[in-house]
Amino acid sequence: MNRAEPPQVPDPATLLPPDEPVRLLDEQGELHEDPAFPLDLKDEDFRALYRFMVLARRVDRQAINLQRQGQLGVYASLLGQEAAQVGGAYALAEQDWVFPSYRELGAGLVRGLDPAAILHLFRGTWLSNHDPRAHHFGLLSIPIGTQALHATGFAMGAKLDGKDLVVLSYFGDGATSEGDPHEAMNFAAVFTAPVVFFVQNNQYAISVPLSKQTHAPTLAHKAVGYGMPGFRCDGNDVLASYAVTRHAVERARAGEGPSLVEAVTYRMESHTTADDATRYRTPEELELWRRRDPIARLEHFLERQGLLDAGLRDEVAEEAEALAARLRDEITDAPHGDPLELFDHVYAEPPAHYAEQRALLRRELDAGEGA
Amino acid sequence: MAVTLAQALNRALHDAMDADDKVVVFGEDVGRLGGVFRITDKLQERFGEGRCFDTPLAESGIVGTAIGMALYGWKPVVEMQFDGFTYPAFEQIVSHLAKMRNRSRGTVALPVVVRIPFGGGIGAVEHHSESPEAYFAHTAGLKVVSPGTPADAYSLLRESIASPDPVIFFEPKRRYWLKEDVELPVRTEPVGQAVVRRAGTTATLIAYGPMVRTCLDAAEAATAEGWDLEVLDLRSLMPLDEAGLLASVRRTGRAIVVHEAQVFAGFGAEVAARVTEQAFYELEAPVLRVGGFDIPYPAAKLEEFHLPDVDRILDAVERSLGY
Repeated sequence: MNRAEPPQVPDPATLLPPDEPVRLLDEQGELHEDPAFPLDLKDEDFRALYRFMVLARRVDRQAINLQRQGQLGVYASLLGQEAAQVGGAYALAEQDWVFPSYRELGAGLVRGLDPAAILHLFRGTWLSNHDPRAHHFGLLSIPIGTQALHATGFAMGAKLDGKDLVVLSYFGDGATSEGDPHEAMNFAAVFTAPVVFFVQNNQYAISVPLSKQTHAPTLAHKAVGYGMPGFRCDGNDVLASYAVTRHAVERARAGEGPSLVEAVTYRMESHTTADDATRYRTPEELELWRRRDPIARLEHFLERQGLLDAGLRDEVAEEAEALAARLRDEITDAPHGDPLELFDHVYAEPPAHYAEQRALLRRELDAGEGA
Repeated sequence: MAVTLAQALNRALHDAMDADDKVVVFGEDVGRLGGVFRITDKLQERFGEGRCFDTPLAESGIVGTAIGMALYGWKPVVEMQFDGFTYPAFEQIVSHLAKMRNRSRGTVALPVVVRIPFGGGIGAVEHHSESPEAYFAHTAGLKVVSPGTPADAYSLLRESIASPDPVIFFEPKRRYWLKEDVELPVRTEPVGQAVVRRAGTTATLIAYGPMVRTCLDAAEAATAEGWDLEVLDLRSLMPLDEAGLLASVRRTGRAIVVHEAQVFAGFGAEVAARVTEQAFYELEAPVLRVGGFDIPYPAAKLEEFHLPDVDRILDAVERSLGY
């Protein structure tokens, strides 16, 4: 994996992000193509992007409602970030992998993950219910930015195995201040690992704004320090998010190594349902971003293309309602499962004293039933 | 044939990589240099730069990428260059390496070995002589293994690499040059089984890693007092061989647990508590703990005043016999 020859040092000028984020759709939904980031999408892809974004928003709203009804302990909303998440994940091929944080429900939908798995985690029934191999979608990672290293390691592993596989790691603007994403980007660059680091810059790490998170010109500029290109896109423009990520993915697939994509977006809800964003954000700021709504912008585009007829709108709305209803059914009063299972998955080869502790819990459960 | 503990570890890595082409070794300076203690000597030459490679200098990066490589299907054996440099990797070890199997309800195994040269006695500068094993023994999801002999160094490392569970493997760095007549490959008792290194009747000295040798020296010296000490080598802290531990203590009626780490909230406290809970009526005296003082590891010229030695152990034996 080490290279005998020192790598060619890239010209820093080629790594710099553009002054303005790449934007393909203006707020009226008019398409302005960028030859540097060509769109290779067909009508069915535009419809699919729309579908994923609408589903993500509906599931998100359902999750917030379930939390308010006491069915989820907490929930981290993606509202406003649908385009960044869906556009990024849509740029991947089936064999590729995603390593998410805890807010990537939209990306999970694109990968085919049942959102119930994520809601079970926030309900607190079993810690996470999904097999990462089923959809090439890693377990939700709550410690900030730590998953970026798993993405890099996975990509290093794939490269060592000679497999054509690209790994995309999501993290947020706050995570760029942590050590792990830094180490992940550095390792990935040194080993020319096929990774796309996708920063959803939603402007806030809980209450702390980006201006207090970094003194860098933009988050994408950080890429230059690792010797990889930094890209920026309008994260509320799903076509820009897709096209820029697609470019980064194809680079990685061609053996040109990792890159950093900063999607400039906004978290419309509080950090989680336990947070109160009115303490640190103004209604004016919220209104400004509401006008940049990513779904509305795509709808304008689809209308211009003649793709958003009543049929598509109704079909997707019905599917979203059906999905929300199924999630309500599955999550409402969902049982936590057998407490004795607590000992079953810690070790493949559990220590002997687990038998005693299991027996203790068994007795406590029996006593509880008898009472 | 006389082999050192370091040679046994090196041979174990060679043999493990030979036996299973999924085994990869990486860390700081483990490639061309062969590691600062030469434990990975000639692995890169023999198995190529794909399976044994140097990483950037970042311990969290090493463990975090090992987790990713294990998810892919590799079996990483990574090196923390020194005990005191393990801490940057602590979050990856505690939050992910230890927990991912449980978090995934058993679907994701992480067969990763984190090798850590640990302990003092080599006159090293600060941060190069620490004994952080209690942090890891306290973390559910990890196995914690520490050999005290060359044969065990070989066998326990081979077994750890084959383990489906993550293993924190503490190598007693001051015993790297300890020699034993042994034919490699060798298979000793499995992880989780304590071994009586010296049978005795007066009291049981309980140790692991570097203190096994020190306890054997103490037992030898104790014969001058007419004491016949048993030395029990735990070999792994998790799993702990509670049955073997209790059997030995029940034979002698006295237990003294010895480690280099500070005594306060150290692993010895767990041993003492378990022995007291399970063998209270067979004990002739309270379980005593011998260890380093509850201070930051001292400067090199002062470490001899900090580390437990034969005298401190025999002093504890005398106190035990005084009850």
